[in-house]
Amino acid sequence: MAKDALDLPRHVVIGGSAGSLEIILRLVACLPARPNAIVTVVVHRKNDKDSILVDLLSSRTTLPVREVEDKEPIRVNTIYLAPPDYHLLVERADMFALDRSEKIHYSRPSIDVTFESVAETFGARAIGILLSGANADGAFGMACIKKAGGYTLVQDPASAEVGFMPRQAIERSPIDRILHAEEIVRFLPELLTK
Amino acid sequence: MIQDEDLDLLLNELNHRYGYDFSNYARASLKRRVNRLLSLDKFVSFAELLFKVKNEPHYLAHVVEQLTVNVTEMFRDPTLFKTLREQVLPILATHPLIRIWHAGCSTGEEVYSLAILLEEANLLHKSLLYATDLNPTVIENVKKGLFPIGAVKQYTENYIQAGGKKDFSSYYLAQYEWAKFHERLSTNMIVATHNLVSDRSFNEFQLILCRNVLIYFDKNLQDKALTLFDNSLETLGFLVLGSKENLRFSTIAPSYAQLENKEKIWRKMR
Ligand SMILES: C[S@@+](CC[C@H](N)C(=O)[O-])C[C@H]1O[C@@H](n2cnc3c(N)ncnc32)[C@H](O)[C@@H]1O
Repeated sequence: MAKDALDLPRHVVIGGSAGSLEIILRLVACLPARPNAIVTVVVHRKNDKDSILVDLLSSRTTLPVREVEDKEPIRVNTIYLAPPDYHLLVERADMFALDRSEKIHYSRPSIDVTFESVAETFGARAIGILLSGANADGAFGMACIKKAGGYTLVQDPASAEVGFMPRQAIERSPIDRILHAEEIVRFLPELLTK
Repeated sequence: MIQDEDLDLLLNELNHRYGYDFSNYARASLKRRVNRLLSLDKFVSFAELLFKVKNEPHYLAHVVEQLTVNVTEMFRDPTLFKTLREQVLPILATHPLIRIWHAGCSTGEEVYSLAILLEEANLLHKSLLYATDLNPTVIENVKKGLFPIGAVKQYTENYIQAGGKKDFSSYYLAQYEWAKFHERLSTNMIVATHNLVSDRSFNEFQLILCRNVLIYFDKNLQDKALTLFDNSLETLGFLVLGSKENLRFSTIAPSYAQLENKEKIWRKMR
């Protein structure tokens, strides 16, 4: 696991499925101009081919937004988006990799895959955020982040459009914070300054 | 997740005992494959897997099959195939004999997709499609042309999106859970094992497709494979990569120009 993780920037991984898009856009908008962090978004998308999500995210932030290509360098103060139909992995602290293997929880990209991979490399520097969704994906990934010493935050299932996904995570492992959408948006910038 | 040291032990065995060199594969993905194998075959420890690899040579085929990712589709990325149909095949048509190489062809879905395009362009009779993969098990299916019937609905949609005008069902016969593609499509296919890590260039081609294979390699191995393709491609020939792969940072990039519509098709300019 992450031996020199303390020298690394923080890596915020955001996972969402059904009902998560609006809050993802708000989260991106709430980030400080220089968050001193890497932000990676993994979202289950219905229409595989749309690249519209990059444009949507870009319209809410001045930070660069990139849909990840194979062996893309990882840079701080950049927002990355898992591409449709690939699993997104961290190859090294400074490089992503892609994988088009079997779907996990009927999903590719799978939140579990990316969260586990970020936990492996970034350890205590990982911050996992799991949002609305109707899928069990993400619960295992959140457990990995917690186990590696990272920070975990889920959207309050009662306030989420679809509570199943955050609820799965809460049932599976201890969560540092369970917050409403508005609270997450206020809390994340604060967390990043700590 | 398995430890780096354990992964190295396994890779060493595969290399020294059997000559399969996975040492320059991208690690994060490879570790997941080993983990998957551990749980699939219900090993209680990594040591057990290693023991089996050392002592049961017939287990190797299974290990190679599970470590590599074989997932594929017909007309995967339909717009790519549309571009091949509209912009690349008309150029290839001027050649008396068209040589094509599918490197890492897996079970052959991509090869049949191209064969269909070639037939519709009336070029199949003068084309040779070389289909290679390091895994001898997957390529057994290429000549058979058997694909799971459950996937055909998706393939039909892909075919239409790729500009297909015919009735897609005219290309296959439904046989229980399989769609058997017509033998005339496979007449000009040449199927062989070829390992991009250790084998050399074996011909000159006008079109090389290597999609979703290089993502499993590290940067150095990617460059090595791309150099192999460069040495196997005629000037003004075409190289096709996967939808998230890029020639941009490779050593051969300066000799290549990407098609204008940004599909992952590059032309060798010199
Ligand atoms: C995901 S499939 C790609 C199939 C098809 N090209 C596509 O994009 O749908 C990857 C294939 O690459 C093959 N492969 C992996 N390493 C290889 C190597 N060193 N040399 C040749 N083939 C390799 C695997 O056996 C597998 O069948």
